[in-house]
Amino acid sequence: MIIPPPSPRPQTPPLLELVNITKRFGSFVANEKISMKLPPGSFHALIGENGAGKSTLVKCIMGFHTAEEGDIVIDGHSRQISSPHDAYQYGIGMVYQHFTLVPAMTVAENLVLSNPAVPAVINWKMEMDRLRTFMKTAPFQVDLDTPTGELAAGQKQKVEILKQLYLETKLLILDEPTSVLTPSEADEALGLIKSKVTAGELSVLLITHKFREVFGFCDEITVLRRGKFAGAGKVKDLTRDDIAAMMMGGQREARTSGKSVRERGPVALELVGLHANKDSGVEAVGGVDLAIQEGEIVGIAGVSGNGQRELVEVIAGQRPATSGEVRVHGEAYRSTRVESFNHKVFLLPEEPLRNACVPQMSVAENIAFRNFDKPPQTRGGCFISRKAIRGAAQELITRFSVKTRSTETPIGDLSGGNVQRAVLARELGPGTARVLIAANPCFGLDFAAVESIHNQITEARNRGVAVLLVSEDLDELLKLADRLLVISHGEFVYETTPAEADIKTIGQHMAGH
Amino acid sequence: MSQISNAKASTLAPVAPTPPLASAGANWRGSLEAVLIPIGAIIVALLLFGVFCFSQGANAGGVFGAIYKAAFGSWYSFQNTLVRAAPLMLTALCTALPARLGLVMIGNEGALVAGGLAATAAGLAVQAAPPVVVWTVMMLAGMVGGGLWITIVGLLYYKRGVNETISSLLMNYIAIALLNHLVNGPMRDPASLNKPSSYPIPDQKMLPVLWSSNVHYGLIFGIIACVIAWVLMEHTTFGFKIRMIGGNVRAAKMAGLAVSRLGLITCFLGGAAAGIAGMVEVAAVHGRANESLAAGYGYAGILVAFIARHRGLPIILVSTLLGGLLASGGILQRQFKMPDATILVFEGLVFLVVLFSDSLYGKFKIFKEGGA
Repeated sequence: MIIPPPSPRPQTPPLLELVNITKRFGSFVANEKISMKLPPGSFHALIGENGAGKSTLVKCIMGFHTAEEGDIVIDGHSRQISSPHDAYQYGIGMVYQHFTLVPAMTVAENLVLSNPAVPAVINWKMEMDRLRTFMKTAPFQVDLDTPTGELAAGQKQKVEILKQLYLETKLLILDEPTSVLTPSEADEALGLIKSKVTAGELSVLLITHKFREVFGFCDEITVLRRGKFAGAGKVKDLTRDDIAAMMMGGQREARTSGKSVRERGPVALELVGLHANKDSGVEAVGGVDLAIQEGEIVGIAGVSGNGQRELVEVIAGQRPATSGEVRVHGEAYRSTRVESFNHKVFLLPEEPLRNACVPQMSVAENIAFRNFDKPPQTRGGCFISRKAIRGAAQELITRFSVKTRSTETPIGDLSGGNVQRAVLARELGPGTARVLIAANPCFGLDFAAVESIHNQITEARNRGVAVLLVSEDLDELLKLADRLLVISHGEFVYETTPAEADIKTIGQHMAGH
Repeated sequence: MSQISNAKASTLAPVAPTPPLASAGANWRGSLEAVLIPIGAIIVALLLFGVFCFSQGANAGGVFGAIYKAAFGSWYSFQNTLVRAAPLMLTALCTALPARLGLVMIGNEGALVAGGLAATAAGLAVQAAPPVVVWTVMMLAGMVGGGLWITIVGLLYYKRGVNETISSLLMNYIAIALLNHLVNGPMRDPASLNKPSSYPIPDQKMLPVLWSSNVHYGLIFGIIACVIAWVLMEHTTFGFKIRMIGGNVRAAKMAGLAVSRLGLITCFLGGAAAGIAGMVEVAAVHGRANESLAAGYGYAGILVAFIARHRGLPIILVSTLLGGLLASGGILQRQFKMPDATILVFEGLVFLVVLFSDSLYGKFKIFKEGGA
């Protein structure tokens, strides 16, 4: 029997059980007979490759999807969750991969307005007092008066987590929350969430790709593979290899291909006294100089929000420089189509759906963005050949394992990892790059895909490509970069090489000391 | 040690084998959706209009019958329909082309008037030349007049961030005021007493009719313009770029597209199409510029563009339907004693329902790929 959601909301974490959940999209089975159990006060990891069905499963819990078969059992009763509001009533909340903040509103406004029971007239003084009290015990601090649109990805993620805590969520679902945090930020965030779990105030279901987080924080684990249950257990009973075996179905973790020792070529990408502003007009990039030679990976480390995003946007042509210039192969570069084609400049921006794709255009069309105006995609000088676009896309989709129903599916319908693969296919597929700019290229990808992207970047460097790698993952930078720069408050404050790198010193410079 | 590390570095790590891709035809459900939703919207609007007629004491069935007869009932009435459809096709493009950029441009009436004025001035200046020259000069002047009119809106948007919907609406009033000023002042023909007008284009230099009917060359221009617009947007690299900009400006910039230049060109093309409508109204119908130019074809063109979902070929069809409606305005007055403006009520209902139906795309599972 279906019982309506309880009122008031629970004060302690509920016992959540999923029994044989099956969810299909047309003929595609996203989840097949998946069962799992989440006792109160547990820290449960849900892992699996991209497209394994993790997001679909939690969307069933959140009421975005309705499972065709199976039961969601909360505290022993079978429940129907048909909307996120139902989930809220059961004390279940989720932090999504995509941000759900209102950019024009401040952090405080976002937090207050996230409450479904927000009154028609808000007593801001009272709410602000309540917020400040809440912030005293909050796991991380964010300036309440900043509009969220000005926050970098890492800070937005923190606000999303704070929002759930502020809503007194008792069962928190986190969808790869640490992809945009630095390792120390991630440890701090998860550690503080963990302390709430240990205190019995919260249960957590963490979708992640990072074994470090599984072993560092989680008690239990459920593994999905291609929509099916692939294993579960207590983390303390399992080894890294056990979990990898469950995820990959026997395949092993990949290794990075080695960097060849090669003579570096002439300077390919140069930044000269580059300044740029944030949207608000505040200076974000404060005069940076940089020269990257062919066959070199220069990594830029920094806490998110220190000008990295704006820097990449200037090079990508999405933001004007207020002064200074970008040069490629010695010539001024203003990211026009002709220049980027002639100089073979390619980009892997962060948030690919937002920065590099047109959601309502098809996968094939999105893959053609670099070459739709060149033969054979163009015939007779100005006519598009859909057949050529489709053909080229088909080949890249297969080669880069993009999971899509057809070449004509709007790219916005694909999962985050597959959008990323499609962009990778477009930018790296032709293999003609001479300059590559990558910003958090592995955001939200599983480890096999991460290894593969790392291989491709290294391989490109070995081919003589000049690579600018902006990343918030220090491990990634230390693994790939030939030189490492630390950016803080829009300026490069420290330079080192991975061989000589001292994590502590880097950390101090990242923190602005 | 693993297969992956040995794999070609240009290949992503193997995951599940990609299922065979469905053929391109898999998107037929989407096309069906694009046809059925507007048709459904028009049926709903018809029902609502029926209720309205009923409330006015008229027999709804009779009204529909009369509209049909007045619009498509005979060759003669169909000619009237086509005469009205021609400017609609052209003004609809003024909304439809910028719409692909993501702009909501409603300056059609203003662009029509600006084009009509420019065409009149140019036509009068070369009225001694042979007809073909007069028409060509008038056409070019109309295109430039209408095109520049909307380009101003584009410039305000791309250079200063001014909302294009508001500014294009206000530009309509400016254009109409300019028209009134010119035909009352500098361009006024002293012989036009009751209705201030410009000097007339000589009769023998007017655009001829087709097949010795009432239908003039404007219809041909309209159909050609719609076909060109369709090919341009759906089948050329230019259209591809415009769709990229309309879908995601950030991605378009990353791909190196000159966003504001392409945007301004599209605004010009949209305005130019409405400008041709103005030229046609002068050169084929009125013979001179006067307030009859601002007869509402511009505003009706907005409706056409939205119903046709801003696609060139459907605009031809929708213009014909709406042209029929406009042509039937008189019969309602004569036969049912309903005010002339009744047809505007119908138009307004259609517009509202169509705008509402826009929110229904993607809501019906049956139209989803692989869904049922």
